[in-house]
Amino acid sequence: MSIPQLLVHNKRDNVGVVVVEGVAAGDELLCVVTEDDSDFKIVTKHDVPIGHKIALTDLAEGDTVIKYGEDVGRMVAAARKGEHVHTHNLKTKRW
Amino acid sequence: MAKTPTFWGYRRENGRVGVRNYVAILPIDDISNAACEAVAKNIQGTIALPHAYGRLQFGEDLELHFRTIIGTGCNPNVAACVVIGIEPEWTQRVVDGIAATGKPAAGFSIEQHGDIATIAAASHKAKEFVHATSGQLREEFGIGELWVAAKCGESDTTTGLASCPAVGNMYDKWIPEGIYGCFGETTEITGAEHLCKARAATPEVGEKFMRAWQAYQDEVVEPHKTSDLSDSQPTKGNILGGLTTIEEKALGNLEKIGKKVSYIDVLKPAEAPAQGPGLYFMDTSSAAAECNTLQAAAGYVVHCFPTGQGNIIGNPIMPVIKLTGNPRTVRTMGEHIDVDVSGVVRREMTISDAGDALMDAIVQTANGRLTAAEALGHREFVMTKLYRSA
Repeated sequence: MSIPQLLVHNKRDNVGVVVVEGVAAGDELLCVVTEDDSDFKIVTKHDVPIGHKIALTDLAEGDTVIKYGEDVGRMVAAARKGEHVHTHNLKTKRW
Repeated sequence: MAKTPTFWGYRRENGRVGVRNYVAILPIDDISNAACEAVAKNIQGTIALPHAYGRLQFGEDLELHFRTIIGTGCNPNVAACVVIGIEPEWTQRVVDGIAATGKPAAGFSIEQHGDIATIAAASHKAKEFVHATSGQLREEFGIGELWVAAKCGESDTTTGLASCPAVGNMYDKWIPEGIYGCFGETTEITGAEHLCKARAATPEVGEKFMRAWQAYQDEVVEPHKTSDLSDSQPTKGNILGGLTTIEEKALGNLEKIGKKVSYIDVLKPAEAPAQGPGLYFMDTSSAAAECNTLQAAAGYVVHCFPTGQGNIIGNPIMPVIKLTGNPRTVRTMGEHIDVDVSGVVRREMTISDAGDALMDAIVQTANGRLTAAEALGHREFVMTKLYRSA
């Protein structure tokens, strides 16, 4: 298999992590789910740095973000599939 | 089944095994740092351990200070210890605590002598200790004699994908061989505390973990927070690396304890484990130097430190092995990295391969190979302070 550009921990996750440098808006990314090695493609809508997250589905304000199959916070602004998810639109539920 | 690995270490008087052979020059208090550093400059083969505190502490904060100082002197990586304090009474308390292991220890106090006479007397004793210990030969031991702590820092999303799971894989393979493990970082479990509780060996140990976690929320976070902890947890470095929330950070952090092992007790800061071989949780800050100093004081002799964005931490007496799964960090600051597990995110390396690479590095480090942090001179030694001094 070619080197993946985006990794997803768990089938239930709605975000994935960019694992290569230089991802630019419009790129079609090879995505691998580490849990079972299944793969799919997604087109990113933003330039996204290595380590940062991309929405795997349309996420509305208030939606729970799932990573590792677990709740990692809630959207405070919407993100469309393929868009960057980070501190501008995702916040902890804890503090 | 692969043959159980061995390493070459130093047998200590109390039966523990060290992987370094330091003569430590240990100040009890901040004002004794200068004398300790002078002794270490006079006598080659010694190491001074300066730090910031030790005066007018009281209650549990003072007990933690003594536990940390005495524990550091007792660590099996220390062959012998010269202790210097401003006055004789606390100096003797530390010497007695260290000498209880059977290793050579001697104390010097500065009041009514001054720095110069104290440095002269302590230097004579330090030279004697160097000659008594530096010829000790390493012996071969089974891996089960090793105490291996872990803590992650400057984490990013690759930490949870590669470097923390590599540490967890090591624990899954070596805890059954009889090693002692340790993880901590009480605040950073927030968001995964339910999962952490579930990994306790018994419900009682799980409840003990939850009490430590809740106490930090109630006694530290609630009284001292401004709006929230979002400016500190995750850190600015974590956020640059793509981590957004404390829950996301916590889930990556907890990958360090692997998939199979459960922790058998919850330790106070710097408390030595006493329930036999196995994995322990220690109630610590998530600040790297504070956590590592507490783990070394509890007796751990090797440390595994997964990093994403590139934390550069070391410890003066406990070798800290740095591993990363971030290919950019390998490229930009490779001199700090001992084990490159970025092959995991390229799917060229499995988590088990990464665990094996780490285990090789641990054995080499235990045998005497210097870590990147040792070669670069990182000696961060930082006391945990529970509250203001009197």
